[in-house]
Amino acid sequence: MSQRDTVRSAIRRALHAGEGDATRDAAVAERLGQRPRGIVPKRGDLPPAERVALFRTMAERADATVEQIGKTDDVPEAVARYLRDRNLPASLRMGADARLASLDWSGSPIDVAHGPSDGNDTAALSHATTGIAEIGAVVLTSGPDNPTTLNFLPDAHVVVIDAGDIVGDYETAWDRIRVATGDRTMPRTVNIIVGPSRSGDIQQTILLGAHGPRNVHILIVGEADGG
Amino acid sequence: MEMRSPTFKANAHKALHDPNLQQALGHVRAGFIDKRQKAVDALPEFEALRDNARDIKNHTLAHLDLYLDAYEEKVIESGGKVHWASTAEDARRIVLDICRSVDARTVTKGKTMIAEEIALNDFLEDQGIEPVETDLGEYIVQLRREPPSHIIAPAVHVTKDQVEADFRRTHTDLPPDRDLSEAQSLLTEARGVLRQRFQEADVGITGANFLIAETGTSVIVTNEGNGDLTQILPKVHIVLASIEKVTPTLEDVSQILRLLARSATGQDSSNYTTFSTGPRREGDPDGPDQYHVVLLDNGRTSMLGTHYQEMLRCIRCGACMNHCPVYQEVGGHSYGWVYPGPMGAVLTPALTGVDKAGHLPNASSFCGRCEQVCPMRIPLPSMMRHWREDEFERHLSPPTFRWGLGLWGWFARRPRLYQFATKFAMRVLGNLGSRRGRFRKLPLAGGWTSERDLPAPQGATFQEMWAERK
Repeated sequence: MSQRDTVRSAIRRALHAGEGDATRDAAVAERLGQRPRGIVPKRGDLPPAERVALFRTMAERADATVEQIGKTDDVPEAVARYLRDRNLPASLRMGADARLASLDWSGSPIDVAHGPSDGNDTAALSHATTGIAEIGAVVLTSGPDNPTTLNFLPDAHVVVIDAGDIVGDYETAWDRIRVATGDRTMPRTVNIIVGPSRSGDIQQTILLGAHGPRNVHILIVGEADGG
Repeated sequence: MEMRSPTFKANAHKALHDPNLQQALGHVRAGFIDKRQKAVDALPEFEALRDNARDIKNHTLAHLDLYLDAYEEKVIESGGKVHWASTAEDARRIVLDICRSVDARTVTKGKTMIAEEIALNDFLEDQGIEPVETDLGEYIVQLRREPPSHIIAPAVHVTKDQVEADFRRTHTDLPPDRDLSEAQSLLTEARGVLRQRFQEADVGITGANFLIAETGTSVIVTNEGNGDLTQILPKVHIVLASIEKVTPTLEDVSQILRLLARSATGQDSSNYTTFSTGPRREGDPDGPDQYHVVLLDNGRTSMLGTHYQEMLRCIRCGACMNHCPVYQEVGGHSYGWVYPGPMGAVLTPALTGVDKAGHLPNASSFCGRCEQVCPMRIPLPSMMRHWREDEFERHLSPPTFRWGLGLWGWFARRPRLYQFATKFAMRVLGNLGSRRGRFRKLPLAGGWTSERDLPAPQGATFQEMWAERK
């Protein structure tokens, strides 16, 4: 008997369940099909402007820095200012995200590289797929647009998010991702990121800058409108 | 790892007299308890979420075979591989075969309790493959050649000065006169050393906080980002997970995530919650070429359908041990195996046998705080009580204990005699101890008085006081 069969039949024996029990099958199919939302905290259930404000508060509480800018075209200037203020080198790595492709870096002192990080980058720029206000998280999805290595290897991670993509809770974020992927499959990696990397492993005291970015800077683009 | 639960009493005695450990354990209160309470108070839906999380897991466990089937199907669909393992030995062999298939020399590891459970590091070392722990706490205990003493804070028993000494001892290529007096400088040094190791590794091994049946996804939750570097940089990612980690949907996982970080560290959310589905896809510029999941049983199916099934709801947040007066005094190593504290006192006998781990469910005052804070509402004290019963019925408890219990039972079945005898004893002890209010030494109570004074009875029995207040 294969290990798989051994484990599965041990489970069935313990649960007194036979093969092909229609009631059990239906219960599982129902949950996987209907995906009940359960208890969704009221915290994130806010009108758009307040939702963005909550997102900002929660992100800052987790030691991210946040700036609101008028339009995507303002990103190069905001990034340049940020790197200068932090005394970071004027270089940046980013993926092929279409929303950032039209940015004009020609007037900027920043040296822009593209593609995944090999660990030698001081700063990276990504575009979030969505953001979760209840915890102040940006949600990034893998692929050529936003390589996952950019989220972890560079010292500073600048994340652009459209105000309208900030949702109240996890559940709405999943709805957005399912729409983006056509409900077929999950992106290979979904990173829910709240602030910079940290560790509490030395004397239970929280210190920033463990293995991932030491700084996370979020650029919220535009105003949230509608629902 | 070597099983040291049978010598719990000696382990605990040693721990109580270890000044470094006692200093380190002082950080548990400030580090965990107060923060958890604040985070819980700030979320009005917390209690309702606990109920729902319990129901989600109960439903999943009742349909565990079917959810594992659904999960496996989705993993395969996304290009990953699922390996089933009945025992620790099976799991070790599967991991080794995968490592050998890519001629792996070094393996980075995110924090995984399953790897501890199957004693993976020692095994890989014996096979000539170097395992590198990347969670700072796990890294520290690996340098010290110790097991973790806490499920989410592996090095909670280590003081800052000890970490400094360990780094100076092992990072010998760094300047000996460097300043490591601040915790931040220790963290920066570990970051630098491990950066190199992340890049060199051939295989990355992580655990999983959840497996999602709906999507075939594994989820890890970290604050450091080490788990992510472990799984995106090497060619091969191996996920080690026990079978009860499967959860139906993204929505169900989101319910439980809201409990996990708050219960563990008092954060609204951990810094990184990462959902991984299969290997690198076409066009992906990074990520592993191979994605494997090892599904481990190792005794869990034998808990299903028993008194201990509810333990399989555990999400390994560590709240039970943070709040446990016994854990706070003796630390995690005293428990002698992978899982300490109240959850360990229930799980260890189930996975290793009550004959070896019988002391653990007895090392509880049944104060009930573990159950009060358990986000999954696991009735830990009653399960420890079940273990005590099992132990007694199987004649595993020591003769003096059985004799004492028998004597008490004889009195308890004779209420008048019991009341008379206890009244008499309380009066005598009350008189004897009336001057100081406590005893430094008392015959037959040496086990208590060797560590602390025994409070003297006030002169009346509990039953008398109860009757008076009624």
